[in-house]
Amino acid sequence: MKKRVGVLALQGDFHRHIQSLEKLQIPSKAVRWPDDLSDCDALILPGGESTTFMNLMNQTGLTEAICEFGQKKPLMGTCAGLIVLATEVVNNHIDPLGLIDLRVERNAYGRQINSFSEKIQIPSFTDQPKFEAVFIRAPKIIALGKGTEALGFYLDQVVMARNERVLAATFHPELTRDHRIHDFFYREFVERN
Amino acid sequence: MDKGTWTVKSGLAQMLKGGVIMDVTNADQAKIAEDAGAVAVMALERIPADIRAQGGVARMSNPKMIKEIMANVTIPVMAKCRIGHLAEAQILEFLGVDFIDESEVLTPADEKYHVDKWQFKAPFVCGCRELAEALRRIAEGAAMIRTKGEPGTGNIVEAVRHMRTVISEINQIKILGEDELVIKAKEMGVPVDLLVYIHKKGKLPVPNFAAGGIATPADASLMMQLGAESVFVGSGIFKSEDPAERATAIVMATTNYDNPDIVAKASEKLAGAMPGLEISEIPEGSIMQDRGW
Repeated sequence: MKKRVGVLALQGDFHRHIQSLEKLQIPSKAVRWPDDLSDCDALILPGGESTTFMNLMNQTGLTEAICEFGQKKPLMGTCAGLIVLATEVVNNHIDPLGLIDLRVERNAYGRQINSFSEKIQIPSFTDQPKFEAVFIRAPKIIALGKGTEALGFYLDQVVMARNERVLAATFHPELTRDHRIHDFFYREFVERN
Repeated sequence: MDKGTWTVKSGLAQMLKGGVIMDVTNADQAKIAEDAGAVAVMALERIPADIRAQGGVARMSNPKMIKEIMANVTIPVMAKCRIGHLAEAQILEFLGVDFIDESEVLTPADEKYHVDKWQFKAPFVCGCRELAEALRRIAEGAAMIRTKGEPGTGNIVEAVRHMRTVISEINQIKILGEDELVIKAKEMGVPVDLLVYIHKKGKLPVPNFAAGGIATPADASLMMQLGAESVFVGSGIFKSEDPAERATAIVMATTNYDNPDIVAKASEKLAGAMPGLEISEIPEGSIMQDRGW
């Protein structure tokens, strides 16, 4: 039986993540309240606005619920989702969950006018290591802490990283038709957990 | 590195889904909006209710004021240019505004042409009252569509009419035969390829947001249930008696639009909403939704 992947559906492009999962025939579920996590085996935090996420998570009790969930179950965060999962955001007042030891800078490439797409290198995708990545007002990983491994690279920057249970990307794999990152998350994190 | 592409422009529109975009006139209001959970702010000197009350020609806001707001929040900042005023649009793009609203709230600068939005790296949002208008704006390069509603009234009826019209017309296109699409496109004055997209997918090729008259959490919930993917709140927040609380409540109601329990709880603590305006009492020349075509 396939495991079910929840997608945080407070705001943002959560529907695109659900579509990516559907393409891979992975059962999914929209998560808005702590109770919604009860029948999920993993959780994806999508792109959107991290301040909006944190605001709603704090009001609904999801902040504590996701922290607890993350002690046992795998999580994936893209863009704003990565910011929420990180340990420190240098240029913002939000207090992230600290589930992956990353120091990040928000909107690090500038405003929307500097948003871009570019091929990045993911060496663990041995058959085809290039991945077309879309960076929308994207954050940058400034430092990786203990137990955090770099997985994806754009120029000299780490744009995808993991620890034991968390996969995080500064870009949006849900915005392209290449579903290898979702597939990788499911096989390497969700199935093995 | 590809910048300003369709993927990148529509990508930001995707990130704003399920959220609330709030009109603000200064840095303090922008901060209140950000703290309340707004996904973006619309920087403008006068909110629609004041433009309506004061009359005269409404233009793009002063760049200094837009820059101050951009410096004070980390969420995306939008700003409005007049319909067809490509020089105002160029200024907004130069300032680094994240989304440009070619808006009927301002006095149109061109009675024939809208801005050729393909020439810009910044994404555009445009208003519509019906499907043909939406598709013409998309053909010109808009990366997001919103209903026009009747701005600055606190009266939801026009936004409802526009959203219902767009959704109903999409449903009609879906059931047409493929051989009927070319003639239908001719009748509507829209490109055939966009109509083929609607026929196949049953939705607009860009996010479809609601704007114009949203004043309460229940208004936001209504628009989301009718098919809006996010809501713009213009005068509704900072013309109310409790902007911070109202902003927070509308954000909560937008996320949980299909849960009356939560929308009720969000509405409970609020004081008075902005005073509303009955559409039939607006002098004909002051109707904003008729600007643009």
